[in-house]
Amino acid sequence: MYTSLLVRYGEISLKGNNRPYFEDKLLANMRRALGDLPPRGMRKTFGRVFVDLHDDLEAVARRLQRVFGIISMSPVVTAPLELEAIKKAALAVLKVSPGTTFKVQTQRPNKRFPLTSPEVNQELGAYLLTHSQGQQVDVHHPDRVIHVEIRDEGAYIYSRIIPGPGGLPVGVTGRGLLLISGGIDSPVAGYMGMKRGLELTALHFHSFPFTSERSKEKVIDLCRVLAGYSGPFRLVVAPFTNIQKAIRQHCPEEFYVTIMRRMMFRIARAVAAKEDALAILTGESLGQVASQTLQSMAVINKVVDLPVLRPLVAWDKSEIIEVARRIGTYAISIRPYEDCCTLFVPKHPATKPPLARVEAAEKNLAVAELVEECLASLEILTVEPEDTGM
Amino acid sequence: MQPAIYLDNSATTPVLPGIAAVMHKMLVENYGNPSSLHGLGIAAEKALAHARRQVAGLIGARPAEIYFTSGGTEANNWAVWGISRARRRQGKHIITTAVEHSSLLAACRRLEAEGYEVTYLPVDSRGVIRPADLEAALREDTILVSVMSVNNETGALQPVGEVARLVHSKSRAVLHVDHIQGYGKIPLNCQKVGIDLLSLSAHKIHGPKGTGALYIKEGLRLEPLLVGGEQEAGRRAGTENTAGIAAFGLAAELAAAHMEERVARMREIKIELATRLLESIPGARINGPPPEEGAPHILNVSFPGVRAEVLVHMLEQRGVYVSTGSACHSRKQEASHVLKALHLERWRLEGAIRISLGALNTPDEVTPAVEAIKECVTELWAL
Repeated sequence: MYTSLLVRYGEISLKGNNRPYFEDKLLANMRRALGDLPPRGMRKTFGRVFVDLHDDLEAVARRLQRVFGIISMSPVVTAPLELEAIKKAALAVLKVSPGTTFKVQTQRPNKRFPLTSPEVNQELGAYLLTHSQGQQVDVHHPDRVIHVEIRDEGAYIYSRIIPGPGGLPVGVTGRGLLLISGGIDSPVAGYMGMKRGLELTALHFHSFPFTSERSKEKVIDLCRVLAGYSGPFRLVVAPFTNIQKAIRQHCPEEFYVTIMRRMMFRIARAVAAKEDALAILTGESLGQVASQTLQSMAVINKVVDLPVLRPLVAWDKSEIIEVARRIGTYAISIRPYEDCCTLFVPKHPATKPPLARVEAAEKNLAVAELVEECLASLEILTVEPEDTGM
Repeated sequence: MQPAIYLDNSATTPVLPGIAAVMHKMLVENYGNPSSLHGLGIAAEKALAHARRQVAGLIGARPAEIYFTSGGTEANNWAVWGISRARRRQGKHIITTAVEHSSLLAACRRLEAEGYEVTYLPVDSRGVIRPADLEAALREDTILVSVMSVNNETGALQPVGEVARLVHSKSRAVLHVDHIQGYGKIPLNCQKVGIDLLSLSAHKIHGPKGTGALYIKEGLRLEPLLVGGEQEAGRRAGTENTAGIAAFGLAAELAAAHMEERVARMREIKIELATRLLESIPGARINGPPPEEGAPHILNVSFPGVRAEVLVHMLEQRGVYVSTGSACHSRKQEASHVLKALHLERWRLEGAIRISLGALNTPDEVTPAVEAIKECVTELWAL
């Protein structure tokens, strides 16, 4: 019955000169998300996109619900600019929308159409009442609103509004390097970054044999879920065992975590340069663990000259978990493979590491050589979206 | 890297080429459904009958007493649940041990939730139950006693003969033995010992995964677990896994033919490994029975200050494959229930690795394996 899907995007239309670029990106992302479905037409008009449907509304909508930049969608019936045709279309929409009360709401950008919006509302309201059973008009709290848009090329009639994910199209704000562990937080941070238009490269530090091959598989699986929102992206796996061993051998226990994070950030800085990433993203939340105090963050940030984005900085764990569940990463994150060996976790980590002492402690560490060695043996994978079976 | 040294045979074993060839032939040539009336069906049925004889031979059973299953887990589940239903009127008490495989314990726990009472016999420091405990636990309403012949984590042998004598002289209970780790390693004659139910699995004796069997003593009532077909004399529905079963048959026959030499070799390797590990790594401790006492193929050992999963990964880098605890639950972070039942100190629970041998291991693997373990432990100690 529905001929097309009306896709609304919000903020993009506010972005002035960037608007055509943002729109093109959105359309490209939509085409990618629909890539495995039969090809179809897409038209951009008046700050909205119409996507043709071939009786596959639910499949199309499910995919587009993962395309950032989309505010909402409505399946529409199109009708020629004749009142009789519009009436029939409105009745069809009414019949497939659940409820017992309705109202008609008309917009008429096409001023050549002979009836005004209130006149169309009245005509259609009367028609729908006489051609349906048990229906009533309720202009204040209707079960559903039958929207009618009368435009130059035809009339669009719809009722259902499907929420989109909001945000900005992936890719419009640049590239970010996501530090991803196997935990709950970092994938959510990646999701939030993508929501604001970032394209990702992910960087994972792997400490085989202190963490297992399965923990790497877990990170790949997490990236596959994230790729469902952005399309394929690169995952860089950095071998970290030698660095952890060196830290354990040469540095005081209370600074293990601080120095480990500084080493990770140094490597991230180099990987970001190779990947043209403009920022580093982490899943840190203020005060969650010892390395996530402001003092720690300050000492850790010292080694990089890129913005470090921490989208979850003000989130409670329960809020993070809620989003992780919604986006599909939670079940993977809680798989019980060890992803951080207790061997390298001190009993009493410093929560307020003084920069001078940390820098002094690093004097015993061959920082540049360790970073070089790690960068020389990076493993780079391209992660494809998981087959969601949709 | 040097060729792999596979010391995780209690998790699973490689299928021997001759056995894989039998499977292949069953899949592409002798592919009939044994229930079919035509010649292809009859040929497949003959293959099944042959395998039943081969599997029965090793445990002193009649072929008609062998019922093929999807593996050891199904056999254990079936034995416990089937008896609970068949003997509902006689009672609701079951006796087993604290160190059984999780497929047995989980089946018992499910019955507990239905109101059955289960007694879990404790074990001594070697992992062995005390017959006196069993005797004290037997009751009028005991319907099932289930005891494994060989523990999958420690290699401890349970006194199955003594258990059978007690069960049959002091109660009306049925005796089930989980013989999955013992099959082909420990001779056991169901008729002579007096075993009513016995679980077997193919993939621990160089056969394929997904195939096992339950021995059911002639005349014993047991409620079917799977219903919906007349296969396996109407007691286990589902089209037979003919390829797996034929391969299981050959694996059993080979295990019987070579049992003496295989067992002697495995025991020699095991004792050599144990001796040299204890000698060369200070503080190393064997968990479970002393090496010469337990099953010939399982050695459980802890090293101080070493986390087992780290050691497993380090050894795999050197081409040596062992496991932590038991493979079926080694991914859980909980310490193994078997080792907990031995009341070991924390470091021994966290550091326990299991070395398990199969028919393909050779004595010349001992030196490189011991060297690799020594290197890894030393490296970890240096951190």
